[in-house]
Amino acid sequence: MYEHDVIVVGAGGAGLRAAIAAHEEGADVALVTKLHPVRSHTGAAEGGINAALREGDDWDLHAYDTMKGSDYLGDAPAIDVFAQDAPEEVVQLEHWGMPFSREDDGRASQRPFGGMSFPRTTYAGAETGHHLLHTMYEQVVKRGIEVYDEWYVTDLAVTDHEDPEDRECHGVIGYEIATGNVEGFRANDGVILATGGLGQAFDHTTNAVANTGDGCAMAYRAGVPLEDMEMIQFHPTTLPSTGVLISEGVRGEGGILYNDDEERFMFEYGYANNDGELASRDVVSRAELTEVNNGRGIEDEYVHLDMRHLGEERILDRLENILHLAEDFEGVDGLDEPMPVKPGQHYAMGGIECDENGATCVDGLYAAGETACVSLHGANRLGGNALPELLVFGARAGRHAAGADMKESEISTGPSAQSEPGDVEPPVEPGAVDAGSDDVAADGAAVEPDEVLEHAVQRERERVESFLEEDGINHAEVRSDVQETMTENVNVFREEDNLRQALRDIRAGRERYQDVAVADPSRTYNTDLIHTMETRNILDVAEAITLGALAREEFRGAHWRAEFQERRDEEWIKHTMLAWNDGTPELYYKPVLLESQWNEYEPKERSY
Amino acid sequence: MSTIEQQESDETEAETETETAVESPGDRRRREKAERAVEDEARREAEEAAHEFDEAVELKVFRYDPEVQGKEEPRFDDFTVPFHKGMTVLDALIYSRDHYDSSLTFRHSCRQAVCGSDALFINGRQRLACKTQIADLDGDTIRVEPLPHQEVVKDLVVDMEHFYEQMHAVEPYFDPDELPDDEMEEQRQSRENREKIKMSTRCIWCGACMSSCNIAAGDNEYLGPAAINKAYRFAMDEREGENRKQERLRIVEQEHGVWRCQTQFSCTEVCPKDIPLTEHIQELKRESVKNNLKFW
Ligand SMILES: Cc1cc2nc3c(=O)[nH]c(=O)nc-3n(C[C@H](O)[C@H](O)[C@H](O)COP(=O)(O)OP(=O)(O)OC[C@H]3O[C@@H](n4cnc5c(N)ncnc54)[C@H](O)[C@@H]3O)c2cc1C
Ligand code: SF4
Ligand code: FES
Repeated sequence: MYEHDVIVVGAGGAGLRAAIAAHEEGADVALVTKLHPVRSHTGAAEGGINAALREGDDWDLHAYDTMKGSDYLGDAPAIDVFAQDAPEEVVQLEHWGMPFSREDDGRASQRPFGGMSFPRTTYAGAETGHHLLHTMYEQVVKRGIEVYDEWYVTDLAVTDHEDPEDRECHGVIGYEIATGNVEGFRANDGVILATGGLGQAFDHTTNAVANTGDGCAMAYRAGVPLEDMEMIQFHPTTLPSTGVLISEGVRGEGGILYNDDEERFMFEYGYANNDGELASRDVVSRAELTEVNNGRGIEDEYVHLDMRHLGEERILDRLENILHLAEDFEGVDGLDEPMPVKPGQHYAMGGIECDENGATCVDGLYAAGETACVSLHGANRLGGNALPELLVFGARAGRHAAGADMKESEISTGPSAQSEPGDVEPPVEPGAVDAGSDDVAADGAAVEPDEVLEHAVQRERERVESFLEEDGINHAEVRSDVQETMTENVNVFREEDNLRQALRDIRAGRERYQDVAVADPSRTYNTDLIHTMETRNILDVAEAITLGALAREEFRGAHWRAEFQERRDEEWIKHTMLAWNDGTPELYYKPVLLESQWNEYEPKERSY
Repeated sequence: MSTIEQQESDETEAETETETAVESPGDRRRREKAERAVEDEARREAEEAAHEFDEAVELKVFRYDPEVQGKEEPRFDDFTVPFHKGMTVLDALIYSRDHYDSSLTFRHSCRQAVCGSDALFINGRQRLACKTQIADLDGDTIRVEPLPHQEVVKDLVVDMEHFYEQMHAVEPYFDPDELPDDEMEEQRQSRENREKIKMSTRCIWCGACMSSCNIAAGDNEYLGPAAINKAYRFAMDEREGENRKQERLRIVEQEHGVWRCQTQFSCTEVCPKDIPLTEHIQELKRESVKNNLKFW
């Protein structure tokens, strides 16, 4: 068994920031991560980081833009704290050596970004995430913080009190990928989940292969509710064969979208007559898919993004890395040909319910980064707001877990925060097949932390053994079925029948998952086993997304419903919550906070 | 317990078990499963041979697993993969794993040349599998091997520990002599200076350069191109200040530092991020000469 004060699971931007903060608070911290830290997906972020740094800008304005961007599904206390803390965090990053792009006077450059009323997006070329990730890992090395890399965290060691709000988290169970060793990690003060996105629930995503929603699924099974899971952002310009992202910058510079008839459809079919290609991400995504569905797509799949008319000089000056991406990943020369693009899953606005200090309803369990839902982004995340989120809420979670005095949170969490207790009919009977509902929480409501941990370790060792020893079907069959149905049915366009179909497919996936086994019997670097365990998590998050989408009968932000073409504020300014409830998912709602101690927000039409 | 200790203790346990020659039920099931796995694979190979594709590529992949029967001896497996335009070597590996043999092991994550986890030896050269278009490779067969000069853990996975140690040896973190008094004040950096270090900051720690370097192959203590490039990134950053720069130069001047480099350019040739590594090493050599002249 390993023992530390604070255990941070995941070493992307959020995990690294949390670890540094906890360390500065005097805690003995360890990072446990399934990839080496510099391999985390934060490294893929391109555009930049928002923070009100300059004269003429103010955190209030940043907060207002964020609330409006969220389509009034963000919580004011989270948004205000975020906008207030972001400048300090970004300057600190600069003090840690981050190689930001520079202005003539030597200060970090800022540029305009969609939905921002001030050019407040600080950036480092078109590789902001790469630099942020490396800069923070360097600071972790400097502080000598312990890193367990290539350790896959399979579950949490949580007591099994009836009410999740009485439960305590005492640590995590890790599987060492190199050796197959299963060990307990005891956290004396707290566990912080910073495991990143869940894009792998879809078969077409900008997310890395490692983004399988592990944190969401683990917290969910331990009794922490998942919040607003239906809110998935799709990006309109991803490469069809891989999902690699082509930055919004191409359209920003004047790139044009064409259908198979070489029509400039954004204008000619009137999807966004004022903004054309520069309409918001959800609008462009819907337009592209409508073209494809109406038979005007290229190879029935994608549309063309053309930047040739910008001229070689301008392209090389501002969009050089786009040329590399198109060439390396699609074999297309952007100077000579238009680039194929289609919408792809990009970001999860929802996630593990937590408050402004990263705390969940389970004592000692925290969440930060894309896996968490504070809730900051509501129904729609603005570009450049995810990276400052990692910094702000990573730091707060780290400090809190290490025992710092924190101001009491305004956001409340857990089942007792619900606004419509019991009287919500779930649209379908959820959780029909609960693959292994016994692994909800470890036994031991009344026993010593070590026993809770040992019990959980024992359970995981047995699970690993049985995967390795038994014969059965390969996880890849289950995984690809779920990914396909999600892309087919829970995509940009959502209709009741399709959502129900997706739920049936996910159920079928759960059933088949019970027969899954690992073909590779090796204990050495068994990626087959890791992927098999991840697939279980994909099933859980896919179900949560689909259930949430079926329940939300309105059109808000990224969530479009064929049957409900309006934002319905009177009824739907509330968060969709889903609790695992020992294998019988329960749906309930929680009020959105449009008021904080600093601001009160009035819902307005979101038009750009 | 460290990884090595853990492995040792595992080995000891294994030995005791062989000595007493009692096979535990778990071991038996695992052995039987391994045998079945070998049979399954043979069947798959036969199926595969019978399968005809319109257009396909042949993948010849290095295989090795120290603990699975039939795989302890390194060998090559052939996989036939249907080909479509735009496909990368990583796509072909994933296809092979998901359709033919789920035990085929390799690292990968981002699929877009930023995580640095799938540097492999492809057709005799260090490359990122995700960034290598099959259409750009010559010949009908693609040969995929783990990075040379690194210890193979299993199949295409190598032990990166030594690479990380060398990276850590150059104190790879920003450490300025002083910070602005006002903590909300940025440190100023000129555009020229940012431009100067720009390429050096692009390193994704893939290890391709180290694997291609003859000197590193012969001298285990040589810092290697990636670590020296990291030192360059900080030594040349004007925000750190003169004192720190001197210390950084002292680190790279040591016996197994910059002077080992014989300017063979192999690192520069393979770097997937086009970092002018050899040039950076040469510049640090010049800086350190200048530096030493000052002291004489
Ligand atoms: C292509 C792309 C471009 C983007 N561009 C921008 C941008 O310009 N601006 C912006 O603000 N946002 C951007 N985003 C969003 C932003 O980059 C992500 O939301 C953010 O980086 C997520 O960081 P994270 O720390 O939460 O997770 P990650 O960086 O994904 O890290 C997750 C960590 O958890 C570990 N982990 C996961 N599961 C386990 C497990 N079971 N056990 C142990 N460890 C585990 C992983 O190893 C990894 O270290 C972009 C996203 C993408 C995909
Ligand atoms: S310098 Fe280039 S080849 Fe070497 S590790 Fe960095 S990215 Fe890879
Ligand atoms: S998969 Fe990340 S660099 Fe190739």
